[in-house]
Amino acid sequence: MTTGAHTPVTGWRARIIENEFLYEYLRSPVAVLASLVAAAGVLVALFAPLIAPTDPYDIGAIDILDSLVPPAWTESGDERFLIGTDDQGRDLLSAILYGTRLSLLVGCLSVGFASVLGVSLGLIAGYVGGRTDALIMRIADVQLALPAILTALLVDGVARGLMPAEAHGRLMLVVLTVAIGLSLWVDFARTARASTLVEREKEYVQAAEVMGVHPMRILLVHILPNVMGPILVILTIDLAVAILLEATLSFLGVGVPPDQPSLGTLINIGTDYLFSGEWWIVLFPSLALIILIVAINLVGDFLRDWFNPALR
Amino acid sequence: MSSVDTQDALLHVQGLTVAFSSRFGEQKAIDAVSLHIDRGEIVGLVGESGAGKSTIGAAVMGLLPGSGRIVAGSVTFAGERVDQLDDNSWQQWRGNRVSMIFQDPQTSLNPLITVGDQLEETIRQHADISGDEARARALALLDDVGIHDAQARLEDYPHTFSGGMRQRVVIALALCTDPDLIIADEPTTALDVAIQQQVLDLIRKLAQERQIGVLLITHDIGVIAEVTDRVIVLQGGRVRESGATAQVLGQPAHEYTQALMAAVPRLDRRLERFTGIVAEQDAATTSTWQVKGASDQFAMDWLLADRGGVDGTADDVHDPILDIDAISVVFGARRGGLFGVGQSDGFVAIDDVSFSVKAGGTLGLVGESGSGKSTIAKVLTGLVTPSAGSLRFEGELLPTGRARSRRHTSRRRLQMIFQDPYSSLNNRHRVERILAEPLAQYAHVTVARDRRRLVASMLDLVGLPQRSLLRYPHQFSGGQRQRIAIARALLARPVLLIADEPTSALDVSVQAEVLNLLKDLQDTFGLSLLFISHDLAVVRQMADDIVVLRKGRIVEAGNSDAFFRAPSSDYGRELLELSPSTGLLVSPA
Repeated sequence: MTTGAHTPVTGWRARIIENEFLYEYLRSPVAVLASLVAAAGVLVALFAPLIAPTDPYDIGAIDILDSLVPPAWTESGDERFLIGTDDQGRDLLSAILYGTRLSLLVGCLSVGFASVLGVSLGLIAGYVGGRTDALIMRIADVQLALPAILTALLVDGVARGLMPAEAHGRLMLVVLTVAIGLSLWVDFARTARASTLVEREKEYVQAAEVMGVHPMRILLVHILPNVMGPILVILTIDLAVAILLEATLSFLGVGVPPDQPSLGTLINIGTDYLFSGEWWIVLFPSLALIILIVAINLVGDFLRDWFNPALR
Repeated sequence: MSSVDTQDALLHVQGLTVAFSSRFGEQKAIDAVSLHIDRGEIVGLVGESGAGKSTIGAAVMGLLPGSGRIVAGSVTFAGERVDQLDDNSWQQWRGNRVSMIFQDPQTSLNPLITVGDQLEETIRQHADISGDEARARALALLDDVGIHDAQARLEDYPHTFSGGMRQRVVIALALCTDPDLIIADEPTTALDVAIQQQVLDLIRKLAQERQIGVLLITHDIGVIAEVTDRVIVLQGGRVRESGATAQVLGQPAHEYTQALMAAVPRLDRRLERFTGIVAEQDAATTSTWQVKGASDQFAMDWLLADRGGVDGTADDVHDPILDIDAISVVFGARRGGLFGVGQSDGFVAIDDVSFSVKAGGTLGLVGESGSGKSTIAKVLTGLVTPSAGSLRFEGELLPTGRARSRRHTSRRRLQMIFQDPYSSLNNRHRVERILAEPLAQYAHVTVARDRRRLVASMLDLVGLPQRSLLRYPHQFSGGQRQRIAIARALLARPVLLIADEPTSALDVSVQAEVLNLLKDLQDTFGLSLLFISHDLAVVRQMADDIVVLRKGRIVEAGNSDAFFRAPSSDYGRELLELSPSTGLLVSPA
């Protein structure tokens, strides 16, 4: 619209109003809160060695006599362990901090792997079309028919079969990344393909084609930045899914070895003691996991709404 | 200004002011607008995009979107204030007394319900009558709006109707409630000229027979001249001028109306340039920031250097630069799939078309939608492979479709300007990057600093401030974007420009500016131009020669002046007659 009396605003306020994204973001308390929580999760994970009271990897510092100590505020609590210890005598708070670190690392790596694989295949399928498209998308359909857990178990099983036991322990991170990544790439491929199909009909792509720009350059320089919106959304939502998958796999005992605390392994240990009254081992890691997942999902939801003007 | 008799007016709007609150604060979209409509009268509301035309329509209906609200003024309908009604009563009033016709007949009908059922449902919502009676009334309405064989067509779904017929159905739907007032928002913009004429005639007839007041909202002066009794000219939410149509368009009093009229392309004669138009002005056009050493002269010298100092006035002006010989295009022809299923002969989009473009001249390619104009452009640029025929460009055989390599010289020497400036520029790239692409692609300039200097100079040449290179496309208006698209085409150093409806997405004054720019560039650099358009008046201003297409075939070809004086084909004559007459228009001073 035109004309009108602007309330004169200057400085950083004006800059926020200029930037539509920032403006909408700051108007949504849920998004701000969720991203703060998620950012806190990331910071905690990054600086776990500095924050954590003890190092759960340092076997020398762990005393088996301290096992199953309840939280500090209960009757038989120990003030050294704020929220108690697990069955091996590790400080639960430290274990959760280090666990978040591991969970986020696995999540980021596997989503990174899935997005690079999925987006490349999706871009190619959408732009080239024809048989290439059909082939890639049928492979994606087959992948969709396999439940994510099954894919992950399969990769893990094959890796165990091929590698000696100690190598498997060391390469756990790689195996998990591939296992989770393989079960998530389809989302990215489908979204990238759908957006590419829309974008390639637009005149700026035709303009580049008329000029004789190399197809690779058209894909990477022209189309990719324009399909990033919806992919960013899937990125956040799948990050949550990947962390959950890692927790599930670890819970099932095929993920991270039990001596390395991840949120999944801690919950796994906790369930063994749930019915004998040691509730804290399962409660606190679960809370950490839930808060992290919900926060990331809410950020993803906000991004999705932002990129879909119809929902705004 | 006309005197207002409040007693008689069907609709009377007084000092209407509408404001929207946004992140930029409260903004007035409509400022103290007054208008009135009598029974049986068609009042035109004309203005360019952003003038607030549609907002007035929405405010009268009580359908202001989102954060909009009426801050001042009154809306009186048949002596009754409606703007102070609560939502429910307003809806009731609206349902019974007022109807709307929208621009796109594709989306105003439910594709899953038959036309008869949609009419019947609407009729029964407003009148307590039986299904059979409603059916009979629906039939009568379809008859009234000129649908042939209405009885049978009641059972048809919207997609089986053509665009014009569908708009007739929409009009029938609007008549279901027996309204006193119809608000028609760009009712013919999506239609071809021939059909536009029929729909306008229908609206005129209905207004007279049924004594309905019509508020016709449009950007098209031709439509206004054709059908309205009175006209209101809006700019920036304010009424600039209002009065009897012949008076306002014939002797515009306000300078804005004068500039607007000067920008309307005329069907009856060709102007060298549009004069007396007012250039677009906003923050983007007033910057003095400069790149060192950049000037429009620098860009001009660079472009001329490619021609070895020879400009368009050379001797070989009349040799054809582009020859199109017996080109045919068939879409969707398929061999059978598994077991021969799905075999098809396809759809013939272009059928044996031959013509040539003279060096330094402009060829206008004209036709209605579906005539194959754009397909020809795509054949020339290699985006579509023809099934038969050959092309010659600058005397050499031009490979078609995929056979043309990416490094072929024609990729550079033949450039295209697209219809929609909102999609032809990559929104994620800064203007500098968009414009540098041809320079890098054809290795014209390889040093980054020289590139920036040239890009800035080219912006200067097409009439944009140099600072534009730091901005993103969404920060520009449609006309400014089209200038950027032209600059991109020029940076390839082309000899032939293909312009596919380059101004159909633009307002009329901006269109005049862009057409002026194209003419100037052609004069300076001797560019050849293939100008594709559905708008005869625009082609008249641009073309030396003209080719008229219909359903993929050439109906008529020849000298442009001769065509506009006396078309030799029936179809050409029909097209000319149906184009909205600009007979009322004065000659610009």
